[in-house]
Amino acid sequence: MPKLELTLRVNGQNHLVELPANITLLDALRDYLYYYEVKSGCEKGNCGACTVLMDGEAVNACLVLAAQAEGHDIVTVVGLGTQEEPHPLQEAYADLGAAQCGFCIPGMIVASAALLAEKPQPSRAEIRQYLAGNLCRCTGYQKAIDAVELVSQQKPVAEPS
Amino acid sequence: MLTPLKIIGKGVRRTDALIKSTGEVAYAADWEMPRMLHLKLLRSPHPSARIVKLNSQPALAIPGVVTVMTAADLPQREVQADIPGQTGTKAHRLGEAPVLAEKVVRYKGEPVAIIAAERLDIAEKALAAIEVEYEELPAVTHPLEALKRGAPIVAGTDNIIQTHRIVKGDIEAGFAQADHIIEHTYTSQHIDHAYLEPEAGVAWLDSNGVLNLRISTQVVEHFRSIAKTLGLPESKVRVMGTLVGGGFGGKEDMTVELFLALAALKTRRPVKLVFTREESVQFSTKRHPYIIKHTYGVTKDGLLTAAKVNLISDAGAYSYLSPWVLLYSTGTAVGPYRIPHVEVNAKSVATNNVVASAFRGFGSYQTAIAYEAQMDEVAKTLNMDPLELREKNYLHPGDTTAFGQVIEGEVWLPQTARTAMEALGEPAPAKPGKKIGRGLASTMTSYGRITWFHDTSEAWVGVELDGSVVIRTGVPDVGAGQVSALCQIAAEVLGVDMDNISIHATDSAVTPLAGTTTATRQLLMSGNATKLASEKVRSVLLGLAAKELDLEADDLDLQDGQVYTKEGPEHLMSLADLAKKAAAQGVPRSYLEMYRAPFSDPIDPETGQGHIWPDFTFGSTAVEVEIDEETGEIRVLKAVGCHDVGRAINMAAVEGQIEGSLAMGIGAALMEDLAGKNGHPQALSFAEYLLPTAGDLPELQAIVLESESGKGPFGAKGIGEPALNSVVPAIANAIHNAIGVRISDPPFTAEKIVRHIRQGTK
Repeated sequence: MPKLELTLRVNGQNHLVELPANITLLDALRDYLYYYEVKSGCEKGNCGACTVLMDGEAVNACLVLAAQAEGHDIVTVVGLGTQEEPHPLQEAYADLGAAQCGFCIPGMIVASAALLAEKPQPSRAEIRQYLAGNLCRCTGYQKAIDAVELVSQQKPVAEPS
Repeated sequence: MLTPLKIIGKGVRRTDALIKSTGEVAYAADWEMPRMLHLKLLRSPHPSARIVKLNSQPALAIPGVVTVMTAADLPQREVQADIPGQTGTKAHRLGEAPVLAEKVVRYKGEPVAIIAAERLDIAEKALAAIEVEYEELPAVTHPLEALKRGAPIVAGTDNIIQTHRIVKGDIEAGFAQADHIIEHTYTSQHIDHAYLEPEAGVAWLDSNGVLNLRISTQVVEHFRSIAKTLGLPESKVRVMGTLVGGGFGGKEDMTVELFLALAALKTRRPVKLVFTREESVQFSTKRHPYIIKHTYGVTKDGLLTAAKVNLISDAGAYSYLSPWVLLYSTGTAVGPYRIPHVEVNAKSVATNNVVASAFRGFGSYQTAIAYEAQMDEVAKTLNMDPLELREKNYLHPGDTTAFGQVIEGEVWLPQTARTAMEALGEPAPAKPGKKIGRGLASTMTSYGRITWFHDTSEAWVGVELDGSVVIRTGVPDVGAGQVSALCQIAAEVLGVDMDNISIHATDSAVTPLAGTTTATRQLLMSGNATKLASEKVRSVLLGLAAKELDLEADDLDLQDGQVYTKEGPEHLMSLADLAKKAAAQGVPRSYLEMYRAPFSDPIDPETGQGHIWPDFTFGSTAVEVEIDEETGEIRVLKAVGCHDVGRAINMAAVEGQIEGSLAMGIGAALMEDLAGKNGHPQALSFAEYLLPTAGDLPELQAIVLESESGKGPFGAKGIGEPALNSVVPAIANAIHNAIGVRISDPPFTAEKIVRHIRQGTK
């Protein structure tokens, strides 16, 4: 397999990395750059565990080639916030007990952030539909939906334009 | 009114909550070591075949391939597939399975060879290079076929892995007293655990010559089986559990362990193995399909007089935990009801299907599908309200079950059933072409292991010199908040904040063994062990404080990291100062305590009478469904789980178990099916094996009742498995209520529903 030299921008940091040309963004992030917070659940776009932001849009990292990600801003769940400086969604997921095993949660929080960026005050039905691409086997999604709703209510109402 | 407590019962933020939200947990696959090799397994493409030729030389010739191991390379060919855990006794026949197939393969996906290579892509390429030829043999893939004379033999001499039996009273006399006899046959399907984290781990040899495995497991005590299989002393194998990305029973048996162990020993290098989703869905253990013929005798007034149940489970190719799953089914075959005359006959049968083993509910899930549908069938026959019928027959405290065990705690079945039904509120209005239906189901589910396993758990609790608290215990946390609950218990007893407690868990080398995170046992077992150890530390330290302050220890209390008198609000000494004084005077600041579950002798094998479990959790699920009469499309509109958990330790975590159970049950009822065809699963991945998404589910309502009558800490019972069992039968009963048709073979897909509507089966 021919190799490519790529610059990938992840959580605001540029990485120069040599990769096989056919490698997915998921494998590049995990196996070459050690962004282990991006979880691998199915490698074919069914489970959403590897959801990251690409220029603010939620994508399954397993369905994007690493080469396609060059020149775009990639944000993982750690890019949203850390234990020292958590994102409001991370705080809300933790406070409400939205995570059980937690394996799907990085992807789900990234998807939740993309939703709130797109639509700051979604209805519960809209939250449900938006998170339908992120599988969770533990929780029934109830407290994750509560968490997104809580954060959407905390957000200041947008200024009229 | 509950006994007031400071932190127990609150929905506090779990100790693992924030790190899971920030993605900073290192799960089993999130681990890398220098010079690490990657493993792949060569698996059988056939459900039944003879291995005619197996040549790994072409694979070994590929640059980067380090070794290929087959059955010929194994120090010990078979592994004990038996009760895991601290007892380690081999207690049933046919309890062994080969690590790698030798001569024959008995199910599709059975491992045949291990490849270790410098890179994963090289290992994948090497899979195709191994020369293997099979001669296909006849496969038997239905348990009733496997029981026929002349069937291909998969296990033993007759494919029967285990039988169990209950005989109570006089079954013929019981049916003679009945005015109605209601008999139906129910079946259930292969279900995948479908944890989001596939099976994974890394293994290496350390400088002490100890084989280390860092893996996703519900059972660190498997280090004993690993040692036995490899011919090593138990002291030379260490299992470090990670935070588990979902277990549900699927990580109770060994998964990646032996392949990692063999390859690490042979190559003397760190090795990593992660199953693909396809391997996990098709080849890892599954929930047993059952065939249940269920017969109730009932008087015209609605009193059950007799129950006769025949159970057959499809164990797949190897025994694993099938005998014990079958025992759970046998004990729960007639549900939470008073029935004077009972006969249960149960068989677990080997086939060339994927191996079935532990799965949340552990055999008591399948029986509920039958006995709760039967209750509604009885109600229909008598033209009686299903809840009223249940209330006439529910067990009461002090009653004796079908297997002879006396119910010691409260039985809040009427409360859970009524509360769940009332919570459904007003029925949704039926839209044109749609039917609305409601269903109820109640269950009793054990928590804690079989009492003749003589289950124990140990926990170590200590206070550091700055007043912070450390817990050490070998509890694997599978995501239900097992570890956080232990911190809450220590926080309650020792009067410190959750933030001031650290817990070291799940390491067979350095944490006291606490047993498996299975059987809804950890809160009962390790919760009590942690409470005992915390109380011992508290008592010794308060004894010292009393001496120092010239007061009575009984008058002192610990709160907010300070010693108080129970009367006054003024604190007398900090816990840190007390710990320093203890250290200076040689007074212990830490204790290791063991909790022993109730012990019993085994049940009588002829009659099934005796004592099987420490105690039971009782609860009910109520649902409302909407069915499109034209297309059969079904939606669950409302779902309520109401359970008596004895005492909630973490309210949010308890609700989470109930909500997650409602979702898992809805998936099992409506969409999930491995759909094996002649031993070949038709669901290959999450593209075909459908799980409920947020878009498929209604709002899920968890209602927690607390009788304080459990055997766990502070009167707690277990909830992990009990919350699931009533969901599928409640949905079946709601479908029946909506369209007047009894469908007895989940999943209740639109195709199946519309076919039944057209056929008009009653």
